[in-house]
Amino acid sequence: MGGSRPGRMIAIIASLVVTGVVTFLIYLAFAESLDAVRQPMTTFVPKSDNAELVHGVYKLIFWLAGAVFVGIMALTLAFSLMYRERPGQEARQFHGNSRLEVVWTLIPVLLVVAMAVPTFSTMSVLTKPAPEGALQVIAIGHQWWWEFQYPELGITTANELHLPVNRPVSVTLKSVDVIHSFWVPQLSGKIDNVPGHENHLWFTPTEARAEPYLAQCAEFCGLSHANMRFRVFVSETPAFETWAKAVKTDRVAPSADLAKAGEQQFTTSGCIACHTVQGNPTAAGKIGPNLTHFASRTTLASGTLDRTPENVRKWLSNPPAVKPGSLMPNLNLSPEALDKLVAYLDGLK
Amino acid sequence: MATAIGVMTHAEEDTGLWSWLTTVDHKRIGAVYTVAGFIFFMIGGLEAVAVRTQLAVPNGTVLDADRYNQFFTMHALTMIFLAIMPMGAGFFNYFIPLQIGARDVAFPRLNALSLWIFLGGGLLLNSSFFLGGAPNGGWFGYAPLSSIEYAKTSGMTFYVVGLLTLGLSTLIASLNFAVTIINMRAPGMSMMRLPVFIWMVLVVAFLLILSLPVLTVGLLQLYFDRVWGTSFFSPATGGDPILWQHIFWIFGHPEVYVLILPSMGIVSEVLPVMSKKPLFGYSAIVFAGAAIGVLGFGVWAHHMFTTGLGPVPQVVFSASTMAIGIPTGIKIFNWLGTMYGGNIRFVTATYFSVAFIALFTIGGISGVMHASPPIDGHHQDSYFVVAHLHYVLFGGAIMGIFAGLFYWFPKMSGRMLDETLGKIGFWIMFVGMNLTFFPMHFLGLAGMPRRIYTYDADLGWDTWNMVATIGSYTIATSVLIFVINVIKTMRKDKDAGDDPWGGATLEWATSSPPPAHDFDVIPEVRDRDPLWYDRDHGIARAAVPEHNHIHMPPPSYFPLIVALGALLIAVGSMTHLSVLGLGAVIAIYGVWGWALEPTD
Repeated sequence: MGGSRPGRMIAIIASLVVTGVVTFLIYLAFAESLDAVRQPMTTFVPKSDNAELVHGVYKLIFWLAGAVFVGIMALTLAFSLMYRERPGQEARQFHGNSRLEVVWTLIPVLLVVAMAVPTFSTMSVLTKPAPEGALQVIAIGHQWWWEFQYPELGITTANELHLPVNRPVSVTLKSVDVIHSFWVPQLSGKIDNVPGHENHLWFTPTEARAEPYLAQCAEFCGLSHANMRFRVFVSETPAFETWAKAVKTDRVAPSADLAKAGEQQFTTSGCIACHTVQGNPTAAGKIGPNLTHFASRTTLASGTLDRTPENVRKWLSNPPAVKPGSLMPNLNLSPEALDKLVAYLDGLK
Repeated sequence: MATAIGVMTHAEEDTGLWSWLTTVDHKRIGAVYTVAGFIFFMIGGLEAVAVRTQLAVPNGTVLDADRYNQFFTMHALTMIFLAIMPMGAGFFNYFIPLQIGARDVAFPRLNALSLWIFLGGGLLLNSSFFLGGAPNGGWFGYAPLSSIEYAKTSGMTFYVVGLLTLGLSTLIASLNFAVTIINMRAPGMSMMRLPVFIWMVLVVAFLLILSLPVLTVGLLQLYFDRVWGTSFFSPATGGDPILWQHIFWIFGHPEVYVLILPSMGIVSEVLPVMSKKPLFGYSAIVFAGAAIGVLGFGVWAHHMFTTGLGPVPQVVFSASTMAIGIPTGIKIFNWLGTMYGGNIRFVTATYFSVAFIALFTIGGISGVMHASPPIDGHHQDSYFVVAHLHYVLFGGAIMGIFAGLFYWFPKMSGRMLDETLGKIGFWIMFVGMNLTFFPMHFLGLAGMPRRIYTYDADLGWDTWNMVATIGSYTIATSVLIFVINVIKTMRKDKDAGDDPWGGATLEWATSSPPPAHDFDVIPEVRDRDPLWYDRDHGIARAAVPEHNHIHMPPPSYFPLIVALGALLIAVGSMTHLSVLGLGAVIAIYGVWGWALEPTD
């Protein structure tokens, strides 16, 4: 094939078929990665107004990219087949074609304009200040965990962010040490937490659900960058208000003996130097996560472990083994001390 | 025999180790650059394979977090500064004089100096593995993670000093190449008759001359912060970490074009020769290359869309980044135009060149995608970007370098690489590269962040990670096949002849390998494709005059001495003032001897 006119047709058809099959296979694989159940951190299933807006541009740009991919692949393949060396075939000697140069300068210009217009109109919305009445949240990056403050509600929590559905949330991003990046793929694109700067993003979650939205620090921040995960729970407004009220209260004073001993241990082991437990007057440390309602969270160690008594014990017995570089050191706690602390923490509902 | 400063004399040897250490021959220097670059390419590849092995399954246990961070940092530093740039520099050294019809570069001893400083810097950077830990803060070294407070090991100091050393080497080489190209062209070779490869080298040289000083300033500031307690980048004491990002990417983005433009040049040499027709749209390709170089200085902040730049910079840098897609598109269309209507000889170099077009296009497309800041909000720091950059740097730069290796190996060694092994190796590399990097698009879309040493099983990332790891081993196999090919080829007799491909450019008008003086008679250039013009017009190669006195620069010890001094200054800046002082004395002695060395 190739030399004769029908040969050229076969080469063109073969190139189109191969390109088509390859593109289809890529599309199938790509479609697989859009399933929010199997891939809970997918960037392709938006669940907030702004994420939805971005998704519109995202889809358009993917289609444009796909078209360019198909076009260039098919041409490369077709020319490789049509013009490969054959006896009796002569290469045609020419140096260029000004008209073609103009045409294929205009093609990328048009593609770029087609991308730029929706991009900039979307940005004009995203970079606006959050709407009036938005819920204020301050997300503070620490090596390697997240602190979430709700200044209007007077509450502080860690690694699990609770939001009401259909109310805009304005997130102020800060860091106490190195650069981190706040990214909840289904709710918003990422913005960095830069020490010494204050960044902002906002979105309105549109779907309340029982499962959390999974998230993770996106900017390389050192040894346990991989272990700086967090979760966002979006619930109906009454449920959110119930949660907020509960979190604002002081800790449930321990009643069982073991848990009482645990509160003592919490002081003697020095936990109070870094951790706050509202209602426990000695525990007012600010370096580590606020533990007042530790037992109402689903995870510990920045979203890396499910909060079971076994995992709490595992964490306490050697934090850097779970989270390399953890600022919480191995306190070499005795088994008895561990029993007490686990019981105490388990009671902090 | 003249003596310089009483002690040192000219080096005399033509063979043996000492002749290599004192050489100022651009071809020998180019060969050492290429071989050293390839060895570092294999080291960087092993680091990548280790990283991929750790990520093959969720919660991998092959590397711990610290070692993982060292490996991914060193993988990038090695591939960028010690593999792709030096292999490019190898080609620049070897082929600039040959393609422009000169006998050597403008400053042969400076050329040797840049080689030795590069080797010293490469060894220094890699020695960190054995001296308390390699750099672990990423090749971008973001503040304040790179500060002494958050990076307590000496790794990031090695990063600063290593890059300063390598930058010195590169700056010297770039000035040398630019001067050579502008001043030493053969009679008749106007700028618009320069081979496209040379044009791309010229653009690269200016990119480096303009961008490296910026990095140098940034690195010195980081050195001051780390060693002397200043606070350029530390927010706790009034510095700004974002300042570092601007400085780094004003260098870092042009650097991307430093890595890719030489390969664009190589492909622009191989495709016309193998298609047996002139390059389509020579001036369009040249101007597009220059436009990419100029625009490359105006897009750096697209690496920072997520840092809170504000809407105006985002729009400006988004627009400039999208605009760079236009000259890139022009180039791709012109390469296709070169293939169109050809009679394309599909040798291994052609395979790599055609693969370059296809794979680089994929990297180009994804690059334009995240030129849109809202999209970049998802892509930034995710595996989608890892896929993108590897399609540009592996699919583009490395594929182009392999095309160049197969195309020019006969000229450099006098021997043809084995075509069968070459094609087998090509297909394995092509499949391996796509297996490794295409799935990373899916991983990025599924939300996998970069630079994480571990991930959980329930995120749906396991399958594609496993595929990517298998792909990385496939690539390693193909590199091994290439090494076998080279060893096998070097054991056979010289079989290439002067011009095995029917080339159009001047390097094919001399023997393979060329004599020390490159050309018996400096050729006269009458066309953009001089050899084809002479062939078609029946112009014979000029006869060699009977008494052909060619003056070549003599070998010299002094580049080696100055480089040793520079290396000791670098080591001293991390260890003790006395070492630094000794280095300074040696360097000054070397420069003095260099200046007084007789040149005949």
